[in-house]
Amino acid sequence: MANPASEPFTSEPVGKSVPRIDAYEKVTGSAVYADDMQFGPGLYYGRLVRSPHAHALIKSINVSTALDMPGVKAVVTGADVSNNIGLYLIDRPILARDRVRYVGEPVAGVVAASEEIAEDAAQLVTVEYEELPAVFDPEKGAQPEAPLLHPDLGKYEVANFIFPKPGTNISEHFKLRRGDVEAAWSRCTAIVEGTFRLPQIQHVPIEPHVAVGLWDLEASAARSGDVTLWTCSQSPFAQRDLMAQSLGIPHGNLRVVSPYVGGGFGGKAGISMEVCAVVMARAVKGHPVKLRMTREEEFIGTSVRQSLVAHTKIGCDAEGNLLAMETQYYFGGGAYNDYGVNIARAAGYSCTGPYLIPNVKGDSYCVYTNQPIGSAMRGFGMPEIHWGIEQIMDQLAAKIGMDPAEFRRRNCVKTDDTILTGMKIPPVDLVACIDKATEAINWGESEESSATHKVRGKGVAIMWKAPAMPPNPGSAAIVRFNEDATVNVSIGAQDLGQGAFTVMAQMAAQALGVPYEWVRVSVPVDTKYSPYEWQTVASRITWSTGNAVRAAALDARRQILEVVAGHWGEDPEDLDIKDGVVFSYRSEEEQPLQNMVVYGLPNEGFEGWSGGPIVGQGRFMPTYVTNLDFETGQGTRAVVHYTVGAQAVDLEIDTDTGEIDVRKIASVYDVGKAINPDLIMTQIEGGAVHGMSSAYEALYFDEKGQPLNPNMVDYRIATAMDVPGEIHGDFVETPLDDGPWGARGVGEHVMVQTAPAMANAIYDAVGIRFSDLPLSAEKIFLALQEKLAGS
Amino acid sequence: MTTHAITLTVNGAKERLDVPSNLTLLQMLRDKLALTGTKNGCEAGECGACTVLLDGEPVNSCMMLAVEADGREVITVEGLAPDGGLSPLQEAFMAHNAVQCGFCTPGMLISATALLERNPEPTEGEIKEALVGNLCRCTGYVRIVDAVQAAASEGGA
Repeated sequence: MANPASEPFTSEPVGKSVPRIDAYEKVTGSAVYADDMQFGPGLYYGRLVRSPHAHALIKSINVSTALDMPGVKAVVTGADVSNNIGLYLIDRPILARDRVRYVGEPVAGVVAASEEIAEDAAQLVTVEYEELPAVFDPEKGAQPEAPLLHPDLGKYEVANFIFPKPGTNISEHFKLRRGDVEAAWSRCTAIVEGTFRLPQIQHVPIEPHVAVGLWDLEASAARSGDVTLWTCSQSPFAQRDLMAQSLGIPHGNLRVVSPYVGGGFGGKAGISMEVCAVVMARAVKGHPVKLRMTREEEFIGTSVRQSLVAHTKIGCDAEGNLLAMETQYYFGGGAYNDYGVNIARAAGYSCTGPYLIPNVKGDSYCVYTNQPIGSAMRGFGMPEIHWGIEQIMDQLAAKIGMDPAEFRRRNCVKTDDTILTGMKIPPVDLVACIDKATEAINWGESEESSATHKVRGKGVAIMWKAPAMPPNPGSAAIVRFNEDATVNVSIGAQDLGQGAFTVMAQMAAQALGVPYEWVRVSVPVDTKYSPYEWQTVASRITWSTGNAVRAAALDARRQILEVVAGHWGEDPEDLDIKDGVVFSYRSEEEQPLQNMVVYGLPNEGFEGWSGGPIVGQGRFMPTYVTNLDFETGQGTRAVVHYTVGAQAVDLEIDTDTGEIDVRKIASVYDVGKAINPDLIMTQIEGGAVHGMSSAYEALYFDEKGQPLNPNMVDYRIATAMDVPGEIHGDFVETPLDDGPWGARGVGEHVMVQTAPAMANAIYDAVGIRFSDLPLSAEKIFLALQEKLAGS
Repeated sequence: MTTHAITLTVNGAKERLDVPSNLTLLQMLRDKLALTGTKNGCEAGECGACTVLLDGEPVNSCMMLAVEADGREVITVEGLAPDGGLSPLQEAFMAHNAVQCGFCTPGMLISATALLERNPEPTEGEIKEALVGNLCRCTGYVRIVDAVQAAASEGGA
């Protein structure tokens, strides 16, 4: 750009659907992802040797044949890595020591001169195992007689809000106690209870995990030399912190670089295989070591969404007021629960879903199972628990003869309600979301089916979700001006496709008073140069990083106004910046930003100069979240806020085949403030299809825990042919007190309740309830046959 | 491993390369020619991220050997607008926010380009059918289909 002032520009971009800042790079193929980075001829390749058993003791590992193979540079095993790693519960060996706990667990890492040699050599590593009985069902796994996966659970370091039960497979138990549930049941006119089961599913980003580790030759505990990890990451700073602790490297010498991320959905949050590349590189200092997951490894060797068994009982009175709820959630956390423990906790403190229920007894458990590692996935526990809750709400409404949408309007949380943990919920308008979503599918009107063997049905489901995180995750931002008044915004948050960089550029431009087109957001994120960010998770970036960017931009603006005010002999209070020009409301003087933002301005009569390069800094950290009582889950402020929304589904079932044709999904969320309305629509559309797809997805295992479908043919995700006939997106704007311009996040929420909304519509169409996922045409067809036979 | 000398045209440029027998077209493009716009998502012909045009037909470059491209013409995402501008489809993908994480985008653009070459006025159903081999986990495909329709109505790939 020769002269930004002459380009077309967008003033005051907040609230406008400006184009994505990253689109040009991505449509031309020039956007760089981790696998695209070039490392030259010194690059070595890594391959992991993985456990063939779900649960076994390691008796011996023989690496000598592999080491003898020409081109093999090193073989690393658990004996070379003594410490565990983990986010909330430090339970995971980087390479297995003594014991393996799932099929696919890394046991050794081979480093070689080429991918082929690494792959061949990996097959020459021989491991002797002694098989142990395994645990696959989380509820059975929680029982005292279950085979124990982690005898050392009591010795692991753990965050002070996570409560494992040593001597069992329970890695977290969250208890919610409010009111008197036992007394309340007798006042209920209608009570519905059910058991709901959800399988493990996978994120299936189109980009598999790639990690490249490098130890500089001189890297040591001293101050010289770096250890670097290049990877596709939602969490460069968290990965740096966890590796620094586990491997004993000073944070200042440990560098994590994340270029563009080809889809995350939680699967690239926290830390999984990335650290393996770093410990393998330690064995060949001076050489970068690249570890790239095959699609099969992506399915079983990174992380998955946890499975769930939920027992839920809810009751209401004759007028439709919810009175009591009792629930047990058993999350199948897989072999290591370092991140997953917080999913069970989040499901515990939000266990009622978006409803005001005065009497609640909730128990949420995370349970070790001999399966792939359960970790963060879009929705973080909420899609799992809403699957059951939202079906029970429909059944309760039916029992007392109330419209299910009206039942939800009556009982859903409203601004300032005191919710289940005892906190007052910050401003939300869920009723408006329900109204808009149901109106969009002509709720209450029945539709003609397209053929005599097809039946139409409609369903609604609502949701809530709070960012699930430690009480004090921080964000920081730096705003730097260049000579031509273009602006570089540095953040440690990542754009995973959700549009974070675009939204940050909009916020910076708005707060500075410069056009959107003048702002760039620095990529890659690099912990050596980018300011701190906890993680790009929890739908917290628009809100948290947005606050930091706004603060940094306001800091830069203040510096500019002070210089110009001094130059004019005016009060900064009388000055403003618009479209990149400083002006005075009082004197009507004008000063373009070009050059002065770096060189400053001369004093009167050129008696010296004022100002200098403008660099603004900003930060944000919530300071008000409190701990919750261990016995009751009660506390002043459990979470920062909630985002709420409603989805309504209109579908048609082919009774000859059981096939589901989703005709329309209406999806409406309270976003606080739509910083970029069209980007919200693209989240809503992508989320609706992701949510629909998730209803059909499952990872299958045989009775020994061997994965049966770790590929994209046998584990199908939605294709272009599967898209609903119409996705109607909309939003409500109830400003959040501490959101930038009132905004809150919405990226995960948009898939949370699609599956239960479909289940309610399926019931409306054919009168059959499905309590277990996945759904399939076969399952529906067989249930229809059974119903016919029974009638 | 035996190597073979092959000549082919890639994005309009004539190339001569020595390639091992087992090198895939995808590996050749990414590792020998540094055309990293073509993505590796599964190496099994399942996701479509590696789609390129071979003599005008869309193929999964992970499922072909480099030697099979001997004497043929390959177009990758980098070659869709060789003059340094953008193709109508690339413009439409930008205008319709059809891009999120961007990892499926190159393959999508290639498949859509091939579609519009053989069928300049596709229906919505024909577009979806043509893109069924290109998986996307972010967008829900809605804007991608919109963008292809818009590019078609403006008269070109």
